[in-house]
Amino acid sequence: MSFWRDPINFIIEWAKGLLAGIGWGPGWATTVGFVIGAFVLAAGAMFFVVFLIWYERKLIGRLQDRFGPNRLGPWGLFQPIADMLKIFTKELITPSGVDWIAYNLAPVLSVAAVLMMWAVTPFSKTFFGVNISVGILFLIAVGGLGEVGIILAGWGSNNKYALVGALRAVAQLCSYEVPFVISALVPVMLTGSMSLVDIVEAQNPWYILVAPAAALIFFIASVAETGRAPFDLAEAESEIVAGYNVEYSGLKFGMFFVGEFLHAFTASFIFVTVFLGGWRGPGADQIPVLGLVYFMIKTFIVYFALILFRGTNPRFRIDQMMDLNWKVLTPLSLVVIMVIALVDRLFASSADWLRTVILLAANLVILVVAERLIRRGVKTTGLEVGSRERPVASPDNLFIQPGSGAKG
Amino acid sequence: MLNDWLYVGIFALVSMFLPAAAISIAALLSPKKPNSVKNATYECGMETVGPAWAQMKVQYYVCTLVFLVFDVEAVLLFPWAVAYKQLPLYAVAEAILFILILLGGLLYAWRKGALEWL
Amino acid sequence: MSGLQIVFLIVAVVTLFSGVMVVASRKMMHSALWLILTLLGVAILFATLQAGFFAIVQVLVYIGAISILIIFTLMLTRRAMDDEHPQVIKGWWLPAVMAVILFGLIAGFLATWKDFQVMLNELPADAENLAAFGSALVNPAGYVIPFEVASVLLLAALVGAIYIAAERKEKVG
Repeated sequence: MSFWRDPINFIIEWAKGLLAGIGWGPGWATTVGFVIGAFVLAAGAMFFVVFLIWYERKLIGRLQDRFGPNRLGPWGLFQPIADMLKIFTKELITPSGVDWIAYNLAPVLSVAAVLMMWAVTPFSKTFFGVNISVGILFLIAVGGLGEVGIILAGWGSNNKYALVGALRAVAQLCSYEVPFVISALVPVMLTGSMSLVDIVEAQNPWYILVAPAAALIFFIASVAETGRAPFDLAEAESEIVAGYNVEYSGLKFGMFFVGEFLHAFTASFIFVTVFLGGWRGPGADQIPVLGLVYFMIKTFIVYFALILFRGTNPRFRIDQMMDLNWKVLTPLSLVVIMVIALVDRLFASSADWLRTVILLAANLVILVVAERLIRRGVKTTGLEVGSRERPVASPDNLFIQPGSGAKG
Repeated sequence: MLNDWLYVGIFALVSMFLPAAAISIAALLSPKKPNSVKNATYECGMETVGPAWAQMKVQYYVCTLVFLVFDVEAVLLFPWAVAYKQLPLYAVAEAILFILILLGGLLYAWRKGALEWL
Repeated sequence: MSGLQIVFLIVAVVTLFSGVMVVASRKMMHSALWLILTLLGVAILFATLQAGFFAIVQVLVYIGAISILIIFTLMLTRRAMDDEHPQVIKGWWLPAVMAVILFGLIAGFLATWKDFQVMLNELPADAENLAAFGSALVNPAGYVIPFEVASVLLLAALVGAIYIAAERKEKVG
């Protein structure tokens, strides 16, 4: 019965018992246990990306009114496997004049930065990599390592367009870290600890119900941090021709691709952990594997929302993106923190539910006021470009322009 | 607590090792036929003119600098946020003063046009 | 030789080597990348001292923001893609001798400290008390004045940099 309640931890404990039984000292057994655990988690993440690629391609296809992949396997499930096999055997063309270490380190660093985020998130009550006391800041810090990977890619490619694309991508990622970090302060304030395990366990109403303004800012900033549409200026085909990874081929390009899909999923589960209650749900405290199920369901719902964004919104221009960040999101997130800090302290002695309702009301007021201010600053009247008369072709006036009066 | 950081270090090494291993396997499996046209720098199909350098705009620098200032501000606010539940009202007022000073800086940057991207 | 000592030795050697390479490499961009490795080494040293918050802040601020700023500044002021310089100055033996003497003095003073040979103990699990750190930062009897002065300092840095960059924008464009 205990196996069914918590299969993953059961296997971990059994393996640890096995190692201790061999007779190694505690230090070595822990280290080997850590290596095996890290290996399983990281390899599991990388194999999971195969499923994520299929999910996204199917969904994008449906949004664009076509089937996704549907030839290989039932519902096209083997399509990403076929893609992986193909990309493993493509030639790795290395352009001349590249800096060998920077060029090769970049894809590795991009994927490593995303994989490290899997080490600190709690997937269920007992299944997590490690419970660091500074969990949320760790997630943001390793995002910064991904930016270093992009600079290495752009500079190491010996290609001026790759360099310009990399600089723009890094400027975008850097800028959107500001509202990301500032709105991540809100769950820390409400919990009293930075550790992700504590944040999940303290979410009595989910934090999205307590601070929806902060949740919205965090969500928009994480979509921008992953470089997905509508913020995918850095890699759009019509822009700078695939940007910083233009000189990569074969599996090195595949690694950037894998890193991006994995980052989208990782951003979803970070949002779920911090604002949507993580693995919490009815019965998840006693039966840990149920926590994993709830976590996966919530993450897939948020991932579905991300894919919907990709399929429906047009791309932002770089100056629109920067304006959105510095003129809307950053001041808004600073105001949200100040208001939540003040309101929570002023009503600290009331009942819990009353405080939650008041915080929710304060957040909604902020959102409404912000929307009014933004709407006032945006010109919404369209510009008439050209006349509304359109030439209409019919069999007897094939070459007539409207308003010219001539008959052919 | 050291065990936690040992795990993080091991995880970092493993997560760098896995993509590197995958790329090495691909390097073994893939054909290798370099020639001078394939190895030339890509410029939308045209020949490369001039050495590879890019014109930097000063906006990149200013944008990153503003990001740095706000990053340090947020990092200074994190310990305050952790201790928030035990703090009295004047501590909240001090933090609000801190944030207001930096909001003033953001307003200055906005009015001076440092946040434009053109 | 405990595991901690081995980790410390490796990280210290890597950090020192990267530090030397920052000033000794030919290309400026390589110097910036060696600087990133040095800062990473310092972050790992913080982690071995169980100051987890400072390790993460080092990665977040130094590597995630300051290194990127340094790389952008490099590119703004030089043609960073093909930038090579000779790395040896004429009278290099005098600073080298002074550096060795200084190192000898510092190492000698440290060796007379009575706890020089004592191994580092692992702190108890609640030693990293971020809540106490946070309360101390805003406590009037604590560090609230440096806290507020820090924000004024950041404001001064922001205003100064924007003023200089705006002047440069007018000079260039």
